[in-house]
Amino acid sequence: MSIDYSSKISEVVGNMPPSAIRKFFDLASEMDDVISLSIGEPDFVTPWSIREAGINSLKDGYTHYSPNSGYTKSKQAICDYIKRRYDIEYDQKTECLITVGGSEGIDIAARALTNPGDEVIIVEPCFVAYKAAVTFAHGTPVVISTKQENDFKLMPEELEAAITDKTKYIILGYPGNPTGAVMTMEDLAPIRDVLMKHPEIIVISDELYCELNYISDEPSSLARFPELRDRVIMINGFSKSYAMTGFRIGYVLGPKEIVSQMTKIHQYCIMSAPSMAQFALIEAATNGDDEVKKMRDEYNHRRRVILQGLKDAGLECFVPYGAFYAFPSIKNTGLTSEEFCEKFLMSKKVAIVPGTAFGVSGTGHVRISYAASMENIKTAMKRLAEFTDEIRKGLV
Amino acid sequence: MIDQIELLKLIEKNSQLTLAEIATQIGAAAADVEKEIADLKAQNIILGATTQINWDETTLDRVTAMIEVRITPVREKGFDKLADILCEYENVTACYLMSGGFDLMLIYEGKNLRDIASFVYDKVATQEGVLSTATHFILRKYKDNGILFKTKDSDDRQAIVL
Repeated sequence: MSIDYSSKISEVVGNMPPSAIRKFFDLASEMDDVISLSIGEPDFVTPWSIREAGINSLKDGYTHYSPNSGYTKSKQAICDYIKRRYDIEYDQKTECLITVGGSEGIDIAARALTNPGDEVIIVEPCFVAYKAAVTFAHGTPVVISTKQENDFKLMPEELEAAITDKTKYIILGYPGNPTGAVMTMEDLAPIRDVLMKHPEIIVISDELYCELNYISDEPSSLARFPELRDRVIMINGFSKSYAMTGFRIGYVLGPKEIVSQMTKIHQYCIMSAPSMAQFALIEAATNGDDEVKKMRDEYNHRRRVILQGLKDAGLECFVPYGAFYAFPSIKNTGLTSEEFCEKFLMSKKVAIVPGTAFGVSGTGHVRISYAASMENIKTAMKRLAEFTDEIRKGLV
Repeated sequence: MIDQIELLKLIEKNSQLTLAEIATQIGAAAADVEKEIADLKAQNIILGATTQINWDETTLDRVTAMIEVRITPVREKGFDKLADILCEYENVTACYLMSGGFDLMLIYEGKNLRDIASFVYDKVATQEGVLSTATHFILRKYKDNGILFKTKDSDDRQAIVL
């Protein structure tokens, strides 16, 4: 007798569609010589001194569990880094938790905060995990669709309109995936004002791309407003800025009352983040600034080449100042995001991701990652210009 | 306003970029880049451009040696006079004044061992003021001018949802 597995799976998991990004990866992986501008991870190898710090920890025999929330010296290195870069003080003992990447931080923050039926404001287009994390935690996502004419920044009136009596917290991520949008402290000030009118709302601020900011050397964060500091859970990590994705190491900073509850989930589900990666992060947080700058400068060169390429291809794109993505509009081609990406992949062998993978507000857009070699970017942009030209001539 | 250091770092890494490509990457107008490069050449800041070649993969035989030279400085001219003379040899691809146990370091590209030996004995050792030499042959190049010699890995990042 065959088993009806669908009845065995929890509804909330069973109803969750797999990420739409996956489909394009699968298609691309079956083709030869595809240039991928679809990957959301740095193409750089982790700087050697950081890798070496990890290797040395293995040589020294640090192969055991760390304390649940992380090694004291690793947490201290994080708090020192945040003090240096953000000028915010956190207590490593009570306000810092080392996680398995930023993704764990998002998950356990959602689980620690959400009761069934709580409304959670999600600022889209965004990283695919936010909505999933809230839904898995039995919360009700309330989506704010940011707009291209506002450079995909969150507008105070949009936030005000989305808040109800049931709003528990808000999740936002700037510099943003998939848009590359940045919100400066000036942009965040009116958001702070709205949040001050609603003192019960907590903020989850995903700042994984904080070092990849091409408009300002100083990271911006709602946590930098002293009056909001104790209402913000900062999700951060080393994956994007330090090219350490495979280390799976991130951290959470916030008020001890919330961090302690998140630590409880982390204790039971994860135990502790990888010890080797915790040693590597000390080197990154303490001595990594120059390496980050080198990578940022290179990304910035590529960013400008991508923007020029989009212009040459006749696609409209707001200027992204962060992360490593451009999010052009493809509306003038008459194709949907999915059609555009699929046809582009099939006819020109370049993989990019439809904007709809990141929420309805991504409709009519595509995400192009410039975490790829300059050579590949140039070739891909040439093919893009050919492709849009063929569309205009009615050949596609 | 062009960031001179950003421009120099970019073209130091890749001398084959066109003016338009440089302009796009640093966010400037091509005409401004052209003028800036001309100025930098006039100021002797940009001296020239070469291409990094892995000669081992070609049919051409080539041996590189590093030659340490101890010399007696010449009054008023110091080490410069002899350095200038040695730089005149076309196969001397680099010449540095060094701190430590010797004075000049020459990098010499020769056809073979005999070619280099003859340069050291006939041309360097016989110069007035040269006290001694020590020659080291390069067996294998791993990295030169910031460029790795091993074959480039392809993009091995795997598909992941993010």
